[in-house]
Amino acid sequence: MSSPIISARGLGKRYRLGQTLAHDTLRDHITAIIKSAGRIFSGKRNDEKPDEYIWALKDVSFDVEAGEVIGIIGRNGAGKSTLLKILSQITEPTEGEARVRGRLASLLEVGTGFHQELTGRENIFLNGAILGMSKAEIKKKFDEIVAFAEVEKFIDTPVKRYSSGMYVRLAFAVAAHLEPEILVVDEVLAVGDAAFQNKCLGKMQEVSRGKGRTILFVSHNMSAIQMLCGKVIYLSQGRIKGIGAVDEQVAAYLKDLKGDSEGGDVMNYPLGNQFKLTTFKFSPNPVTTGDNLNFQIKILPECDTSIFDLQILIYSVYGVRVGIIDLRLPNGKSYQAQKNKPIEINGKIKSIPLVEGDYRVGLYLYCKEFYRDFHDISAFSVSARKSNTGNIPTKPIYRGCWSLPLLQGILQGLPRYFRIQRFCTKEQYGKYPHQTDLPRDCGVRQRIRG
Amino acid sequence: MAEYERIIRPRKGIIAIDFEELWRYRELFLFLTWRDILVRYKQTYIGVAWAALQPLLMMVIFTAIFSFVGKFPSHGAPYPILVFAALLPWQFFANAMTESSQSLVASERMITKVYFPRLIIPASAVMSGIVDLIISALILLALMWGFDVPFTSRMFMLPVFFIVAFLAAFSVGLWFSALNVRYRDVKYIVPFIVRMGMYVSPVGFISEVVPEKYRFYYNLNPMVGVIDGFRWCILGERFEPYWAGFLVSVLVILILLVTGAIYFRSMERTFADVI
Repeated sequence: MSSPIISARGLGKRYRLGQTLAHDTLRDHITAIIKSAGRIFSGKRNDEKPDEYIWALKDVSFDVEAGEVIGIIGRNGAGKSTLLKILSQITEPTEGEARVRGRLASLLEVGTGFHQELTGRENIFLNGAILGMSKAEIKKKFDEIVAFAEVEKFIDTPVKRYSSGMYVRLAFAVAAHLEPEILVVDEVLAVGDAAFQNKCLGKMQEVSRGKGRTILFVSHNMSAIQMLCGKVIYLSQGRIKGIGAVDEQVAAYLKDLKGDSEGGDVMNYPLGNQFKLTTFKFSPNPVTTGDNLNFQIKILPECDTSIFDLQILIYSVYGVRVGIIDLRLPNGKSYQAQKNKPIEINGKIKSIPLVEGDYRVGLYLYCKEFYRDFHDISAFSVSARKSNTGNIPTKPIYRGCWSLPLLQGILQGLPRYFRIQRFCTKEQYGKYPHQTDLPRDCGVRQRIRG
Repeated sequence: MAEYERIIRPRKGIIAIDFEELWRYRELFLFLTWRDILVRYKQTYIGVAWAALQPLLMMVIFTAIFSFVGKFPSHGAPYPILVFAALLPWQFFANAMTESSQSLVASERMITKVYFPRLIIPASAVMSGIVDLIISALILLALMWGFDVPFTSRMFMLPVFFIVAFLAAFSVGLWFSALNVRYRDVKYIVPFIVRMGMYVSPVGFISEVVPEKYRFYYNLNPMVGVIDGFRWCILGERFEPYWAGFLVSVLVILILLVTGAIYFRSMERTFADVI
């Protein structure tokens, strides 16, 4: 048996908090030195906080055999990207070591090094070279790349004139034609339209199965993970929480997500360095399709700042964004957050129209210091409403995310007795204002049930 | 498979330059240089003309100030040529230093997303100035023809001095680009150095103007040796450099290069985290 293609032993990465940005310029550096010298002379104690450190990754050990496709899951800040960055040598670990036995290419972003002014053709060569392809290799694959990206007509147009879809397609196409022994991919499938995403997944599948390449794949998209990966590493707070079969780890992850929102009232989820999220609750949880869903958010600012934008992001279990809840103040006003003065938001989503299942919830926060998505902070479940049509409901996986209420249905060209009939309760029917608007000749018979 | 094994672990102390790896990434170096050159001349309608116009205007101004107003000596050589011969390496050096000191910060996205030897970035930034240099060199040839300055075989020595200029720009670029990642005020320091350097270096005058006893120290400015060399190649015997001073210039460049490389390599580990 050959040795594993990647073996990581006790990998750890430590970042310094807070102080990193404090001495960003030489001038700041010099003032800091003078200040501390002043303290020595005046005999005052150093009242500055000692540097705080955070372990983004700690004690991570695992082996990857050649040809395996490994999914890496975990919340924002669990260390997924840090792990990929260490393996691709972008950043150095603070401790531990990893052995990589093969040519490794990392795809942490599509279109790295793309230049707006250059044409598609020029960018293919440039991006290919950045990703580690030789000129000969790119030349050989050039036509294939262009065809995959479907940009033949625009290949000599500067990419700044591309639509965002074309841009992403071209960028991914270059990356997809890399032929390293190990491919490290971070969340790049979150971009592009659904059809292209499927194409990318297909390409990755082809690369892993057909060519026996090893892939490390980070995603919040559980269906992509389930489709591609043979094994999953579940990271939580910088440590490995589980390694093993895909379904088992994904289930554990989703369970943890839900557990957090049901469990104790107080959580302690950092939103950048400026805020702590202390509560993020949904009730009732589970909620029935069509009922109102209450939510409560408490945020503790750790400094004075302004919040411009706050949105709740709702994702399906597989990582498709289902909707957002916009919590901005009216007229574009910003919210002035004060240090240690908690912000509490209580809200109600009207008659939630989601198909039963688990939903993952994140936050988008835009404040003075940063704007960012925080994925997978919480979760809620939706349970099915009792059917009143007499039909057995179609399986949730066939129904997408939305339960669209049908008010009337018209199906022409069928025998009269076969035409669709609308079923609804008396109350719902009574509320429908346009029943008389139905064209007289359409032949649809309304029947009131119940 | 075992033929290619990499061990990733925290590194400490002075990190040697991995020349083998640099060689493997030579194509990326060329691609980045090519990109910089392409981008520079794209969508600028007077792009090439600008590269020609800038040194020409400076030549006119410097000739006016130093020759007509200041009555500086010229060993009998036509003053415009004397100035232009110095502007050639100086412009290259100034542009290369400006570009390369910004280069790492400008490539932030690449640095945080892909691995490659980071040394390539400032090096290709210096290299991309070569097109401007070639354009200026062509103008110089035209000027020499116009002013009846004889072409001599000594001009084949120019590449040697060019390499010295390249190393000077690269060594300074190494220092500033790495410093710039950490301290963004480098952005303000570099233009200042460029502006001052133009008057401190013998661009508008010949270095014999400097009193004999200070000549040696004057050459601590590495561009002094380079500019003297360029003049010697172009204008002939009377401009023979002060060789001891030239050696000092080269020595300063080598020191800057070695310390710059050491500093760059030691900072390289943290680029992705700090930038």
